[in-house]
Amino acid sequence: MTKSNKGLTFFTVNEIEGSLLECESVVGIGYGELVKIITKDGKEKTGQVIDVSDKMTVIQLFENTSGLNIKSIGIRFTGDTIKLPVSMDMFGRIFSGVGKPIDNGPDIIPEDYLDVHAATINPYSRLHPTKVIQTGISVIDGLNTLLLGQKLPLLSGAGMPHKRLASQIVSQARVPETDEQFTIVFAAMGITSDEMVLFRNDFLKMDAINRVVMFINLAEDPAIERLLTPRFALTAAEYLAFQHDHHVLVIMVDVTNYCEALREISASRLEIPGRRGYPGYMYTDLAMLYERAGIIRGKKGSITMIPILTMPDDDVTHPIADLTNYITEGQIILDRSMFKRGIYPPIDPLICLSRLMDKGIGLNKTREDHKQLSDQLYYAYAEGKTVQETAMVSGEKALTNTDKLYLKFMERFEKEFINQGYYENRDIETTLNIGWDLLSILPESELARIDPEILNKFHPNYLK
Amino acid sequence: MTETTIGTLSRIAGSFVTAKGMLNAKMFELVKVGEVGIIGEIIRISGNTSIIQAYEETEGIKLGEKIIGTGKPLSVELGPGLMGQILDGIQRPLPLIADKIGPWIEKGIEVPAIDRNKKWQFQPIISKGAKVTSGDILGVVQETPSIENRIMVPPEIVGVVESICSEGDFTVTEPIAEIKTSNGIKEVLMMQTWPVRQARPYKTMLHIDTPLITGQRIIDSFFPVAKGGIIAVTGGFGTGKTVLLQTIAVWIDADIIVYIGCGERGNEMADVLERFTHLKRTDSDHPLLSRSVLIANTSNMPILAREASIYSGITIAEYYRDMGYNVAIMADSTSRWAEALREISGRLEEMPGEEGYPAYLSSRLAEYYSRAGSIKTLGTKDREGSITVLSAISPPGGDFSEPVTRNTLQLAKVFWALDFNLAHRRHYPAVNWFMSYSEYTSFLEDWFLRVDRDWQKLCGDARALLREEEELKEIVALIGADILGDKQRGVFELAKMLKEYFLMQSAYHPVDVYCPIQKTFKMLRTLLKFNEKISTAIDSGVPLQKILALPVKVGISRMKIVPSNEFDSVNAKLTADMDEQFEVLIQEAREEKNND
Ligand SMILES: Nc1ncnc2c1ncn2[C@@H]1O[C@H](COP(=O)(O)OP(=O)(O)OP(=O)(O)O)[C@@H](O)[C@H]1O
Ligand SMILES: [Mg+2]
Repeated sequence: MTKSNKGLTFFTVNEIEGSLLECESVVGIGYGELVKIITKDGKEKTGQVIDVSDKMTVIQLFENTSGLNIKSIGIRFTGDTIKLPVSMDMFGRIFSGVGKPIDNGPDIIPEDYLDVHAATINPYSRLHPTKVIQTGISVIDGLNTLLLGQKLPLLSGAGMPHKRLASQIVSQARVPETDEQFTIVFAAMGITSDEMVLFRNDFLKMDAINRVVMFINLAEDPAIERLLTPRFALTAAEYLAFQHDHHVLVIMVDVTNYCEALREISASRLEIPGRRGYPGYMYTDLAMLYERAGIIRGKKGSITMIPILTMPDDDVTHPIADLTNYITEGQIILDRSMFKRGIYPPIDPLICLSRLMDKGIGLNKTREDHKQLSDQLYYAYAEGKTVQETAMVSGEKALTNTDKLYLKFMERFEKEFINQGYYENRDIETTLNIGWDLLSILPESELARIDPEILNKFHPNYLK
Repeated sequence: MTETTIGTLSRIAGSFVTAKGMLNAKMFELVKVGEVGIIGEIIRISGNTSIIQAYEETEGIKLGEKIIGTGKPLSVELGPGLMGQILDGIQRPLPLIADKIGPWIEKGIEVPAIDRNKKWQFQPIISKGAKVTSGDILGVVQETPSIENRIMVPPEIVGVVESICSEGDFTVTEPIAEIKTSNGIKEVLMMQTWPVRQARPYKTMLHIDTPLITGQRIIDSFFPVAKGGIIAVTGGFGTGKTVLLQTIAVWIDADIIVYIGCGERGNEMADVLERFTHLKRTDSDHPLLSRSVLIANTSNMPILAREASIYSGITIAEYYRDMGYNVAIMADSTSRWAEALREISGRLEEMPGEEGYPAYLSSRLAEYYSRAGSIKTLGTKDREGSITVLSAISPPGGDFSEPVTRNTLQLAKVFWALDFNLAHRRHYPAVNWFMSYSEYTSFLEDWFLRVDRDWQKLCGDARALLREEEELKEIVALIGADILGDKQRGVFELAKMLKEYFLMQSAYHPVDVYCPIQKTFKMLRTLLKFNEKISTAIDSGVPLQKILALPVKVGISRMKIVPSNEFDSVNAKLTADMDEQFEVLIQEAREEKNND
């Protein structure tokens, strides 16, 4: 064993720059090691070794460096990496972005300390998701079904009701095959205090607070802490899912703030920027978070993840949204024009996708008509939109009778299928039936994506 | 054996570590870093100091810990036991890791790439005293029910067989032959190792003249794959690259598949594993896994192993090519590989090129793709093998002008452009028929002529129809739809039929998932015949509405789900019905005219 400096305090800081601290090296310092910085008045701050060589050690501080004085600060190497103390008493509690209680409650008595940078799940040990989560929201359950163990982001824009939608999902989502609700791990990154209060009140109102663990990094908290927040939250989620068999739903809001922090820290370290100033490793960094969702063979629990992000200028090609969509298993996108037309949830299904959906729906899972119905609804809605464009260019007179029916379908589809109340919880059966009702606007000959047998069984024309 | 060098860690910064006192260090030598022994590669040497990139997280490694050199560059082990394996980017079998330490991969874990204890039944096919050269086959081993492993004389060995084992069971490290060379007697094992960044030698490159049939209609007809070719599958998120590659992996008529999940999703890899383990082409076939090698380096696994994964993959592909197999290698996605390259380069503070990628991006891509091709292998007897490379590219924002796409298209001869618009409409495969191309089409003429004498005309007419529709759309956008007569509306209808009933193909429908090439051309012929009929009928005064209501149209819409063994008879009936039904319409139109 190499010698450890655990417990010793050194006064060897040479330089402080931004949130970086440079000091002389001592043998045995580990890369990534957690350090305590002790100020003159005896307060402790934390940091982490991000570069260590014979000549010097660079420490990234997790807290403000303001007021630090080079001469008087001491450094204590802990010989340990960053860990989260965990226990089943975490429920109902609120922690800071770095895992400290901030709700005036007592410290938790840890059952274990877990490394926040979890090891990678062996892809061979993963179980592919196959079970449907009913969210009670038609446009999700019917057309972009969420499965247990999936990571499916909500992409939104400033001012749109993504938080509301997230709350509705939290309140309505049910663990498949049971009537149980999910355990919620909530990771807030860079949100404002009033947003935090709103979420908390929502959880209180829906009587969910005792199944929620909250990690809150506020907008005014240091950027570096924001990078740790989801890691702490996911560590808690893994503990609950894989050591205590919970089905955990992780809500992360707002990933955009997280990425901005990543950009800020990267710039301060003088790294070469990639696209639009974001670091080149942002894809990998985000993947390290998102890929912690899933199901593991031999474990009873699961982690399902709904990251929420606001797209700057509603732009899906913005690196944050783009990279997220490249990693997650689909995306639910909120649409500005629908929002303006008063549709809730303002989700345009055409640009949404649930990549895992096909594995979860159908006979013995949801209903045998689900896939074909959904394909046909997609087709009809897309067709309706095309007709609408034609009508805008060439006027109504250019439309055939069938065209007009598609137009009518499109309008009613938005009002009756997509649109629903904030407190309206539709089961999948209801969702599918609404779909059939709307399809019956169209002539049967247009329903080419549905097999005759399915049509005979579910089309309203054949139901008594 | 090379002597090992030992150094001391003097700096750790992310995945880069610096070691002092490395006396005999060589560039690209593999080393073990620290007490946990994580694997790294020497990438820069100055004096006694080496800079090493680690293949795993360095967190927890301490200043002053040791570095041990292995004397070898990053290499893969090649031998029986490889087929059917599921490996990470540096050839560690993932099932073994799971057995050993459970579902999470811890750093520094060591497992052999090829099982050392398993015995294989070796069957010699050459006798003592034979003159042999590299590439000659000494004997065979049934590696899996589908694949016979041909044990070759390793590269750079020429001589006379001094001794060879008779039929029997051996492990991969037991010598099965001795060859007397000018440098003395060399033992041959069933296993060899090969450095991944170095192409394996062959005799000559062959001309491209044979397609590999994928069973995807739009591909086999419009944008075919050639044996030994290079194919770029490009498209934004969710446009269907992965599903297309996986579907092709199952059905393409290559002997062996090497599938690399390079920096993509864990759940997707779980899906591939599951599929390859169970999927068979026919009931009597063996599961796909028995003729595949899978490499999984998901997005959250170390990026250095991601960078290495495509080289590990293609070296394995070359090994089976050298035995005389046709190998298809798929990498999903090479953009993630390029990003790994960018990240490493950035950390080394190299001068960034376009969008932060290193200036050598294009030469690295060229190195990889130049390992594709149809070749004559080493060895006394003539033997042919091939590597066909299919790569997914994931351009940021779906913008094809970015460096990885552009540089790849300099090398690839086939470009499948996957399109957001088609994908949003759930038109899969979302291959854009205007942007995509295959430069191989002309080389493959003779082969396709043997399948269908009219194939060029069929494909040409179909594509002309799609172009015509596009032009009409532009006119409509300008002037409005009311100027359209039945003739033009007919074009819209037929183009729609062509898209819905021919170009669209479901990867999830048991019949539609694979379309034999003969059926592909026959479907085209029937659709185009319908087109001609529409044209004549409209000229004879039949209203389009009536034509579209013909019962035969339903038959046409279902052609794709008719199993291939029933297809000919169904199709014959369909064409006969078509003749008959149009005849009736034209007759009616004539009578109406006469009545007026
Ligand atoms: N041939 C197909 N048939 C039916 N559905 C398909 C087909 N191709 C794609 N899809 C649908 O589109 C979804 C996305 O496809 P896929 O995962 O292959 O996209 P991708 O291009 O690999 O995306 P990414 O770059 O983000 O990995 C699939 O989950 C599936 O629902
Ligand atoms: Mg993909």
